[in-house]
Amino acid sequence: MALKLSYQLMTAGEVRGTLETLADQIVSVNGGRQVVLLGIQRRGIPMAQRMAGHIGVKTGQQPQMGMLDINLYRDDLTKVATQPVVHRTEIPADIDDKDVILVDDVLYTGRTVGAALRALIDFGRMRTIQLAVFVDRGHREMPIEANFIGRKITTKDTEVVEVRLTEIDGEDAIYVMEKT
Amino acid sequence: MKRKDLLGIQELTQEEILEILDTAETLQEISTRPIKKVPTLRGKTVINLFFEASTRTRTSFEIAGKRLSADVVNVSASTSSVSKGETLIDTAKTLDAMAADCVVIRHSSSGAPHTIARLTKARVINAGDGAHEHPTQALLDALTIRQRKGRLNGLKVAIVGDIAHSRVARSNAHLLTKCGSHVWLCSAPTLMPVGWHELVKENCEFLHRTHSMEEALEGADVVMMLRVQFERMDESFFPSVREYFRYYGLTRAKVERAKPEAIIMHPGPMNRGVEIATDVADGPFSVILDQVSAGVAVRMAILFLMLGGQSS
Repeated sequence: MALKLSYQLMTAGEVRGTLETLADQIVSVNGGRQVVLLGIQRRGIPMAQRMAGHIGVKTGQQPQMGMLDINLYRDDLTKVATQPVVHRTEIPADIDDKDVILVDDVLYTGRTVGAALRALIDFGRMRTIQLAVFVDRGHREMPIEANFIGRKITTKDTEVVEVRLTEIDGEDAIYVMEKT
Repeated sequence: MKRKDLLGIQELTQEEILEILDTAETLQEISTRPIKKVPTLRGKTVINLFFEASTRTRTSFEIAGKRLSADVVNVSASTSSVSKGETLIDTAKTLDAMAADCVVIRHSSSGAPHTIARLTKARVINAGDGAHEHPTQALLDALTIRQRKGRLNGLKVAIVGDIAHSRVARSNAHLLTKCGSHVWLCSAPTLMPVGWHELVKENCEFLHRTHSMEEALEGADVVMMLRVQFERMDESFFPSVREYFRYYGLTRAKVERAKPEAIIMHPGPMNRGVEIATDVADGPFSVILDQVSAGVAVRMAILFLMLGGQSS
């Protein structure tokens, strides 16, 4: 499958600005309560790290961090063509009664978040579970919505939203690509 | 994992070995959770078919399967139709007809898992066949070594004891030489297999032999002790247990020859006072219980890689 660039959705500056806006919204909605930022592998992790850094500077208190790999909870594991590589899961020890923010790059069918919710249940009973994403591109297959959205766009399902972050991809940018 | 079965280390590539170890490392975290279970292999059936006594390997596979939510069924030879005279092949075909997804087999005859693998749709994992291979043991040993030493290449690994009867020695020799470590096989002349130098085909420059434990241990990073397998010995291989311990038993004095931070391994079960002194087995450099924990993670990784993605 080849991909052709349709258009650039965000530049490096917009990526950074959007992350800071998301972090500010999380702080204000949670009214000063300590939150735990849980990045979903893989691009949710650097997103959560940067947001945590921003919240730390703003409020003087660094929020707890964690990472989650949802591959062991996928509902299509026996059907996918190539076997997924399982990355690290690290959840802070005492997550009961905390406000947890799941962080992922793109909200699409909702199945990744669905799997993340199934995974989180095994770690305790959180006070709330909220969701922050860079891009909501529609086409949901499950009743799942995000609490914090960087940019909401309309896409065709032949398109791919590609979030690129310096830590993984060497640049900050978001592109919308077309499958050809 | 591309292959249908896991029968030995000999046929694995270094990439496949590292894929299993990397996956095992990420799955280790599951065993530390308050709820030690993920739903990944829901609806898969794993049958443990053990024709030889085993505590840790069978339990380890059972726990690994259950932590991934597979249904694990244990069949041991003494309580099955095998004791009524059923052949290995008929037993295997029967289990296949019950739609098992995976059969984990241990058998006293080398090649038994290979025979079953050819006749079943189920994926077959060799949990030890005669004196041939014990691939999951070598993989858990490798994970333990990598986590302690930070690498699998450029190490000196002494494997000491009953080499002739040991599938653990064979699987470890294959794995460690493939990864670029020097393996020193050390045993009494009567317990060294005749064709030891043909054990590994490629990388044979990494395989060495000695009858002197001092030579094997000199500057070693890893000391792997093997159990003296009295149950496989139909003749006398050494004069007495006391004499064996004097020449080939691991004592604190002998450990001194290895590197200061060397680790001591044993696949278990141990014969304390035969191949290893109690103060060494329970000492600060012993990683014997780490090996057991690594075993669960490695077997989870193998079950996940074999049953998780799309296969047949």
